[in-house]
Amino acid sequence: MISQTSSRAAQRLLRVAAQPSSRLNLARGFATVQDQGPIGSIQSDIFKPTKYGGKYTVTLIPGDGIGAEVAESVKTIFKADNVPITWEQIEVSGLSEATTSGRTEEAFNEAVASLKRNKLGLKGILHTPISRSGHQSFNVAMRQELDIYASICLIKNIPGLETRHKGVDLAIIRENTEGEYSGLEHQSVPGVVESLKIITHAKSERIAKFAFSFALANHRKKVTCIHKANIMKLADGLFRNTFTKTAKLFPQLEANDMIVDNASMQCVSRPQQFDVMVMPNLYGGILSNIAAALVGGPGVVPGCNMGRDVAVFEPGCRHVGLDIKGKDQANPTALLLSGAMLLRHLGLDDHANRISNAVYAVIAEGKIRTPDMGGNATNHEFTKAILQSMESAL
Amino acid sequence: MLSLRSIAAPARRQCLRAAPRASVAQAQRFYSSHEQVGKFTGKKDAQGRYPVSLIEGDGIGPEIAVAVKDIFAAAKAPITWEPISVDPILKDGKTAIPDAAIESIKRNKIALKGPLATPIGKGHVSLNLTLRRTFNLFANLRPCRSIVGYKTPYDNVDTVLIRENTEGEYSGIEHVVVEGVVQSIKLITREASERVLRYAFQQAQIIGRKKVRVVHKATIMKMSDGLFLNVAREIAKEYPDIEFDAELLDNTCLKMTTDPLPYNDKVLVMPNLYGDILSDMSAGLIGGLGLTPSGNIGDECSIFEAVHGSAPDIAGKNLANPTALLLSSMMMLRHMGLFEYADKIEKAAFATLAEGKVLTGDLGGKGTTSQFAGAIIEKL
Repeated sequence: MISQTSSRAAQRLLRVAAQPSSRLNLARGFATVQDQGPIGSIQSDIFKPTKYGGKYTVTLIPGDGIGAEVAESVKTIFKADNVPITWEQIEVSGLSEATTSGRTEEAFNEAVASLKRNKLGLKGILHTPISRSGHQSFNVAMRQELDIYASICLIKNIPGLETRHKGVDLAIIRENTEGEYSGLEHQSVPGVVESLKIITHAKSERIAKFAFSFALANHRKKVTCIHKANIMKLADGLFRNTFTKTAKLFPQLEANDMIVDNASMQCVSRPQQFDVMVMPNLYGGILSNIAAALVGGPGVVPGCNMGRDVAVFEPGCRHVGLDIKGKDQANPTALLLSGAMLLRHLGLDDHANRISNAVYAVIAEGKIRTPDMGGNATNHEFTKAILQSMESAL
Repeated sequence: MLSLRSIAAPARRQCLRAAPRASVAQAQRFYSSHEQVGKFTGKKDAQGRYPVSLIEGDGIGPEIAVAVKDIFAAAKAPITWEPISVDPILKDGKTAIPDAAIESIKRNKIALKGPLATPIGKGHVSLNLTLRRTFNLFANLRPCRSIVGYKTPYDNVDTVLIRENTEGEYSGIEHVVVEGVVQSIKLITREASERVLRYAFQQAQIIGRKKVRVVHKATIMKMSDGLFLNVAREIAKEYPDIEFDAELLDNTCLKMTTDPLPYNDKVLVMPNLYGDILSDMSAGLIGGLGLTPSGNIGDECSIFEAVHGSAPDIAGKNLANPTALLLSSMMMLRHMGLFEYADKIEKAAFATLAEGKVLTGDLGGKGTTSQFAGAIIEKL
């Protein structure tokens, strides 16, 4: 009896595992994908968020730190371009001042409900306290709640923005819902803590397929799996083996794997060798930060989180920026480019191109830049320059 | 005894062993703030020289070991080399290190080790890991300093990183819950954290750095990394002359890659996995593992090693770069308190590298291993 029920449970698990692959509409926002062999039946499945009165409703969560400032410039610029989007703005905060007011959980739930309804969101980063009495990370909780399992972080040199490395163009795909961020921890005896890292076949397969589909849709050549399977033979071994198996479904793409410490070293010495990289949760956090630094920091790196139903766009390198909060020094580029990704996701390519071209033009010109890009302009001045650039391009 | 048991025990039962091991360690040794952690306790022999166990290693190992030996002889360092082999033997069906090697290292308290090749997929536990477990080498010291004469996108890097070496994510405790679901346990204990943190503070004092920074991810792993962080805060109180702060792993990765210079006055200390990744990343900043030394510090013994691969493709061709092993050997001299010899060799080595006349192929030169060593000896 027991074995029967457990096998049924396992079957259910398997079915869950199979589900996402049958609905792999991953590539939707990045390019229009035609018939792609194993994921050929995508088209019929692509969800279209509903338009009301000719406008899409998108949840906007400015987040903590610099969030409010950069969200303001995104709103200004989107409005100037007459983007058909109505923002449903929800103020969530992970800061302790907000916690004491008792609004935190409520706002968080409201945000999740709104995202479930709208299927689309643009989000800044929420602060997470270190103390044990503090709440769990809202960022992580939101990803788990909405099952937005794939984080994409696009790392590319912006023309005109000089950094130590040239010709970097890579995408970091990160599993968002399990691994080290499972939140399962316990103290066996005082002074001995165990923290669980969970790796499942279902989620590993889902992220591997996502990575390969992403690579195909974006005309990339190679997918690299990042792991530490030489030490974590079971957990990361499962991740790597699943990746290797999935790779067989995509013979047109090159697939290889690399150990995470070596990958970090290669990333700072020869980042040009990487194309698409796929990895479990924690390594994603590490590598997206290392890689962001290669091209100019968290202020210029866009990203998004994709699930089956919901897509949330947020800066690819997740920094709250509490230190420069309210100083009008924040760089809105990351959120703006994430917003442009959102527009492409909706098929509003014209708007997306106008906005991103203006951003790139202002950065390339080099006169007006925020401090993190080596300039001394304020966020407002930078935003204004983008508006002007958009105007003159018309 | 403890160490012998730990390699003899079946790997699967590590989870059972892990917790008791920690408590044994506590019973065995209680650290007060005055006692130096991982202190060198080796004795001179009758000729007034320190015997050092030398594991030449595989591939290019013997060649670079010869270079180091020649340089040490020229510098008249009071060291007698005691070559040992750690070719794995099977003991009760388990990989183990030959007893003679264990005895030698236990007697000398110190060893220098070249690269070892870990056969892949042969059921071997990596020999490096075996050595670490056998001698309970709890701290991994990884300084990275830019080499003048070898250009990378980063200049004047001078980081010091200390990594907890025995537990954390690399505890080796893993199990399959149901088919397709794996749990891997990250273990953080107060004892091990305290030990490595105290070592970090003491190391900062020894090398004259005023700041110690803990790198953690306690926002997500509130209990495990939280424990490490809390222990660090307690230990920091015992060292009022050292400034202590903590930084989130994400920020460290970002800032170090953007500009490593602010880290030149700090000692970074962190749990196992983060240390593994960040130490290799720092090595990447200055040009790779061929230029970075590494020291594994234990209660009883310490092993200094070159962490790069054994490069079987250029083995025996006199092309290998001995810098990593040489730098490790200087770290070893400093650990033994032989500062003047270390300084002397270091000066000669860096001068040779900066001059750039006889660099080996990996540094873009055309020199051979022996020419490179010869140039250093000349400077001595």
